[in-house]
Amino acid sequence: MVPITLSVNGKQYTSEVEPRLLLVHYLRDTLGLTGTHVGCDTSQCGACTVLVNGESVKSCTILAAQADGASITTIEGLAQGGKLHPLQEGFWEMHGLQCGFCTPGMIMSAVDLLQRNPNPSEEEIREGLEGNICRCTGYHNIVRAVQYAAKQMAAEPA
Amino acid sequence: MATQMIGSSIKRVEDPRFIQGKGTYTDDIKLPGMAHAVFVRSPYAHAKITGIDTSAAQAMPGVVAIYTGQDTQADGVGSNPTGWLLPNLKVPPHPALAVDRVNYVGEPVAVIIADDPYIAHDAADAVHVDYDPLPVVAAPDKAMDGPTIHEEAPGNVAFDWSIGDQAQTDAAFANAAKVAKVHLINNRLIPNAMEPRSCVASPGPTGEVTLWLTSQNPHIHRLIIGAFVLNLPEQKFRVVAPDVGGGFGSKIFIYSDEIVVTWAAMKLGRAIKWTSTRREANMTDAHGRDHVTDAEMAFDANGKILGFRVNTIANLGAYPTLFAPAVPTYLYGTLMSGQYPIPAIYCHVTGVYTNTVPVDAYRGAGRPEATFVVERLVDLGAGELGMDPAELRRVNFVRPDQFPFQTQVALVYDSGNYEAALNRALERLNYADLRRQQEEGRQQGRYIGIGFSSAIEACGLAPSSVVGSLGAQAGQWESAIVRVHPTGKVTVQTGSHSHGQGHETTFAQIVADGLGVPIEDVAIQHGDTAQSPFGWGTYGSRSAAVGGSAVAVSVKKLQDKIKRIAAHLLEANVEDMEYADGKAFVRGAPGRVKTFGEVALMAHLAHQYPPDLEPGLEATTFFDPTNFTFPFCTHVAVVEVDANTGAVDVLRYLAVDDVGNLINPLIVDGQIHGGVVQGIGQALWEGAVYSEDGQLLTGTMMDYAVPKAAYLPMIETDQTVTPAPQNPLGVKGVGEIGAIAAPAAVVNAVVDALKPFGVTHLDMPVTSEKVYQAIHSQAQGA
Repeated sequence: MVPITLSVNGKQYTSEVEPRLLLVHYLRDTLGLTGTHVGCDTSQCGACTVLVNGESVKSCTILAAQADGASITTIEGLAQGGKLHPLQEGFWEMHGLQCGFCTPGMIMSAVDLLQRNPNPSEEEIREGLEGNICRCTGYHNIVRAVQYAAKQMAAEPA
Repeated sequence: MATQMIGSSIKRVEDPRFIQGKGTYTDDIKLPGMAHAVFVRSPYAHAKITGIDTSAAQAMPGVVAIYTGQDTQADGVGSNPTGWLLPNLKVPPHPALAVDRVNYVGEPVAVIIADDPYIAHDAADAVHVDYDPLPVVAAPDKAMDGPTIHEEAPGNVAFDWSIGDQAQTDAAFANAAKVAKVHLINNRLIPNAMEPRSCVASPGPTGEVTLWLTSQNPHIHRLIIGAFVLNLPEQKFRVVAPDVGGGFGSKIFIYSDEIVVTWAAMKLGRAIKWTSTRREANMTDAHGRDHVTDAEMAFDANGKILGFRVNTIANLGAYPTLFAPAVPTYLYGTLMSGQYPIPAIYCHVTGVYTNTVPVDAYRGAGRPEATFVVERLVDLGAGELGMDPAELRRVNFVRPDQFPFQTQVALVYDSGNYEAALNRALERLNYADLRRQQEEGRQQGRYIGIGFSSAIEACGLAPSSVVGSLGAQAGQWESAIVRVHPTGKVTVQTGSHSHGQGHETTFAQIVADGLGVPIEDVAIQHGDTAQSPFGWGTYGSRSAAVGGSAVAVSVKKLQDKIKRIAAHLLEANVEDMEYADGKAFVRGAPGRVKTFGEVALMAHLAHQYPPDLEPGLEATTFFDPTNFTFPFCTHVAVVEVDANTGAVDVLRYLAVDDVGNLINPLIVDGQIHGGVVQGIGQALWEGAVYSEDGQLLTGTMMDYAVPKAAYLPMIETDQTVTPAPQNPLGVKGVGEIGAIAAPAAVVNAVVDALKPFGVTHLDMPVTSEKVYQAIHSQAQGA
């Protein structure tokens, strides 16, 4: 077993984990943060995307042990003080989700995208989200949701 | 007057939990003492099992139990049945765990139950199974000459089915001025709902069991698993479909995994969870389509369609699953008239077994396959006749004054205005200008193609009278209880199920309008057999048209009861009462009024009611539609082909749909976007590929191309509205039409782009390689 200490959504956790335990299983099964989903086993779908030290990472691609010392944000930690993140608002306003299964990963990837490029074109949004698969929306309203959030964030800088 | 809810693009009620990661999907459920299941699956497509050695796995710490087909057989676990017994259907046994033979790669052979999923996976790797491989057949057009898979089905023929009039059709061809012909493949698809299938079975102390399951139809799961497979009485068997992450058909069916997990949980007296990996999903979720078809369409010199002849071999995979026999027959052959009054049609379908995972309903189910055949041939006919494809469609459409229209393949189309949808599409595209741009492009070596698909579907599954007359054993009505609480809040229980469709919003919109209450006061419950009355679930674009109608009828019943209670309270005649905007009042005397809230309370504090007035305010409806609904559309794809690489770029996609009245336009558009993209996916990228020896070559998301954001344009949507006459809401259903229409639109567009190269047909998926080869071989041949 490997001892790890990490921060998840601002809270400090110390655990003993199997060396092979994936970060996504640590988040879901050990910490009970089931908002992060598993949609594939080859790191294609992006449903497990979280922020590790501020950058989007597919949490099925790293071991919990590798996240030792990291600061992680999951979908559960995105809204601040009861206020939805502009991307959460955008997905709701623009009907950017249907079944909701890809949504947490999609939103977390979009957070990273807008950090890197606060004013992306439609093409840049589509390319930026290429690592996240949605089977319901055809991506049309996901693009609109990200555009909505970009506009909101430009109007009210954090 | 309160804001009209029906017709409003209100934000979805269910979204706050999903956008905050607070949904509850099956794999999120964790019960005390829960064990985990992992299946040992066949690596062979066809083999005898000559021995299973579980000793090494059994000895691993944390392994609770290992079961094989011998164990399930000894316990009397029944065969997994099909629900649609076509005449002369050959039905082989479908064991939950293979006993002495495996018939497809991925078929479960044993199950490991362990304390931890990682341990269960380790133990599954340690089970040693001896196989004696047998010859394999995987392709539908080779099945009849392949090795026999089931002795019940000689030649691997599951059924031989036809519809229409063969002699009349042959005669029509004899009189044709032009005949268009094609040999085409409708490519096999993997549904790829983003949430992999999962189940949690939890036994109670005295024989009860609860099964949380990724299901589109929990009542059907309870009925089949309970009554037909595990002999579990319904009052002790609860099936809950919590938040479900997409289905597209794949979560309708009864799968071995969920049967075995339920059985094992009861046997061990311990809760067990199983969750599919994506690789297992690709191997074991029922696939879709997989047809090989020869079709011909006969035309007169003016382009009128005279006759249509279709011969299809449909792959059912290794076993006939729940809806499988109905998909390439009742849901396929009956749609062969398209939007056209074709006077003579004959459609013959042979359903075959192969050594592949079962094939069953996938978004559209039969209707995309039919639309593809019809709309490809209309385009090929336009080529033969030298006519514009839009014009050829126009001269053939069923005219508005011809409804109700009896087709030659059993259905009666109730309503429609097909030319209006085409005209809207042409206007929006500025069609003449687009054709001019296409011509200019060709001069400059740019190959733009414009492809049409004027599709029809029969949905709102399924009117019992219609499907009964076609030979089905059951119709599919839907149930709704609308329960008003003493304080005027409302709970609706529906037998329909949302796995992305947004029932919690749209059904609440129906109630809010009908009762005149704020939408916030209405809660929709679905997915739990312990809550809702029996219902048939969600597929076949049926939720709004059948489930929503059941809600609307219950609301109507409540309006009547509210009037009776108010009349009693006001000492008025019930005939003089009206109900509007949440108020029951005496006609002509609006001051004599009882609000909805007052009536709700008094319904529960009832005293001194007349003998014929019951207390309480609740209504139950089982709504059986009198006909299918018939959404229609014209979709147009505009593509550009790079002649150097064969790459196809979708420049524009326009969907003009008529799905009847819209309850929530935002949700309707979302359904269209998603369906269209699945259809574009089928046309350009997706395809489940089996090797000749039955190995699935598209086993992961690295090999099977689910569309990604960067491949796609924005989807342009527009509507015409012809209300459905058959249901109180005038809605038709919208879930499938995108996937039904898009493949033909896109392929027609690519073929149109390649006209200068003499290409007349390409099979899906139309990959850049196929396009390149087509350009190259035609160029060489010229």
